Amino acid sequence: MRLVLVGTSHHRAPVELRERVALEREQAQALAARLAAGGREAVCLSTCNRTELYLAADDGEQAERDAVAALAELEPEVEHALYRLRDQAAALHLFRVAAGLDSLVPGEGEILGQVRVAHELGSTGALLDRVFRQALHSGRKVRAQTAIGHSPASVSSAAAALAEQVFGDLGGRSILLVGAGAISEQAARNLLSRGARISFVANRSLDRARELADRLGAEALPLERIADELAQADVVVASTSAPGFVLDAATVARAMGGRRGGQLLLIDLAVPRDLDPAIHELDGCYLYDIDDLQAIVAETLSGRRREAERAESLVAAEAEKFHEWHASLDVVPAIASLRARAEEIREAELRKAEGLLGRLDESQRRAVEAVTAQIVNKLLHLPTVRMKEAAAAADGVLYAEAVRHLFGLGEDER
Amino acid sequence: LAELLFWPALLFYGEAAVGYLGDARRPGLAGRAATWGVRLGWLAQTALLGVQAARRDGFPWATWAGSLNLFVWLVVSAYLIWGCRRPYRVLGLVVMPLAAVLLLVARAGGGTGVGGASHYSNLFLVLHVGLVLAAFAGFTLTAALSGLYLWQERRLKQRAATVLRRPIPALATLDALALRTVVWSLPALTLGIGVGLVRLVVDGDRVDALVLATAVTWLVWAAYLWLRWISGWAGRRAAYLALAGFALVIVVRLALPATHFA
Repeated sequence: MRLVLVGTSHHRAPVELRERVALEREQAQALAARLAAGGREAVCLSTCNRTELYLAADDGEQAERDAVAALAELEPEVEHALYRLRDQAAALHLFRVAAGLDSLVPGEGEILGQVRVAHELGSTGALLDRVFRQALHSGRKVRAQTAIGHSPASVSSAAAALAEQVFGDLGGRSILLVGAGAISEQAARNLLSRGARISFVANRSLDRARELADRLGAEALPLERIADELAQADVVVASTSAPGFVLDAATVARAMGGRRGGQLLLIDLAVPRDLDPAIHELDGCYLYDIDDLQAIVAETLSGRRREAERAESLVAAEAEKFHEWHASLDVVPAIASLRARAEEIREAELRKAEGLLGRLDESQRRAVEAVTAQIVNKLLHLPTVRMKEAAAAADGVLYAEAVRHLFGLGEDER
Repeated sequence: LAELLFWPALLFYGEAAVGYLGDARRPGLAGRAATWGVRLGWLAQTALLGVQAARRDGFPWATWAGSLNLFVWLVVSAYLIWGCRRPYRVLGLVVMPLAAVLLLVARAGGGTGVGGASHYSNLFLVLHVGLVLAAFAGFTLTAALSGLYLWQERRLKQRAATVLRRPIPALATLDALALRTVVWSLPALTLGIGVGLVRLVVDGDRVDALVLATAVTWLVWAAYLWLRWISGWAGRRAAYLALAGFALVIVVRLALPATHFA
């Protein structure tokens, strides 16, 4: 059985093209079921960065044509942006995808969950089940054995990581959002996912503040009331479109007086800046603006790229294991037939000798059974090992044919 | 036997010191090897102290070198409680070389061998020397935590792009851990000093310079707790005060052979 991959990703297709072949879960499931008809296996992996079809079929050429046609049905233009891989190359690609090595941001963690969902929704059999399970295993292994996913890859996750660097566990820590735009919300959601509590949303327009506060379970405030609530906040995230500072050092200094030595992290995501840079000079205050965060992200991304080199070798080793297993599929039926034939001969010869063996007691008969079985096993051990080795070296089919011919395997059926 | 246990202890502490250095350059295997070095070294030193106590028919802590041996064991014990966790490995860079060097100094002073029994009772040695040194070990770790706090705080203030590169405990965690260590250490010091004073009075001895220095040390650490609880000190100011308190601990330890054991 051949493993076939046809797909497109951010490497080959711009977003305008990718979005036309992106599939919802139900659509991906239905497409996989359709392609799996006729004894084939199929999985459809569709994310914002890629749409890929994995097929396992005896006729690899036909499977590839069907997969290309299925994607071209969604968007004819995509045909020029497709990559087509087979067997070990297809498996290696999937392992790299699951490990986050093919992602826009190396090591991003979301893809592993997306591969798992695709596997669950696919129409899998022995081959695709094996390759997807191994892909998930290598994805987890890469994350456990390298630091590829440890550091933040976006400005909002860098802000959250900084908050953890100051406060440790963010459980119960209070966040004050200044500004109710999309950037504020993204940063807030990142902090929320790490256990922080969004306490206040302050905005010039109170209606917009209420809208976001309702979604985040916070209290809405007008901008003028920031100073009143500052003493209760552990992290301030600011991203308004105000032309000047919305918070000055004197106001923060007054608020710090009421905090009894606690730290305050201030994240300024606005341009022009919302927070007075002099705040950073205050004891216990740490102010990071968009440039600082971008510098951190650039540094951590270079660290991820260094780790990616180590991850590549882990993934390559996993792909090699898969290749050995896949190749052994070619010789397994021949090995099974050979062993069955040998066993058949052994049993027949024992039956022929029944007259002589009948005089033996039970323990002597068992000894004869064991000795003959051992002779068969020892004789077949080396050919079995050699056939598996040959399979891994791509000569497996030739060896299997030779064994079938030499031992007359399958001739009775013919 | 004591000799046979001393060398593995020193070797493993030395290995841990080198391992932590390697871990600072490239986190991973070297850090894990260092952690095992701490564990195995601690086991060897624990056995060494046990053998010393058994052979001398009592605890060998009545000499400055013997007490230094105990001090090293206490510092490593306290570090072992949480120091082997990955974010705290960086502290091993300070703690383990110090432990290895001080253990070597203890040996040079004859504190790791077996000899005659002390004229102090075991109970007195445990309550006075044991408790005072346990407190000093706690203060040593508080100083290490405070040093790490100040270093990390400086990096955050400098807004270094590499600030997230290495796993280091959060500022709030370091601050809380330093406070918690002092909360346990100061009562131990108080009790240890109290027992020493009672013996001083009973024996009719005079207060020496070391007793006074220890009292000043106690005052500084008591002030540390007072300022943190009552005046709300935390963070940088508390860390500087902890380092000042530790400086006194060093003075007391260095003055020990010249005064108390003279």
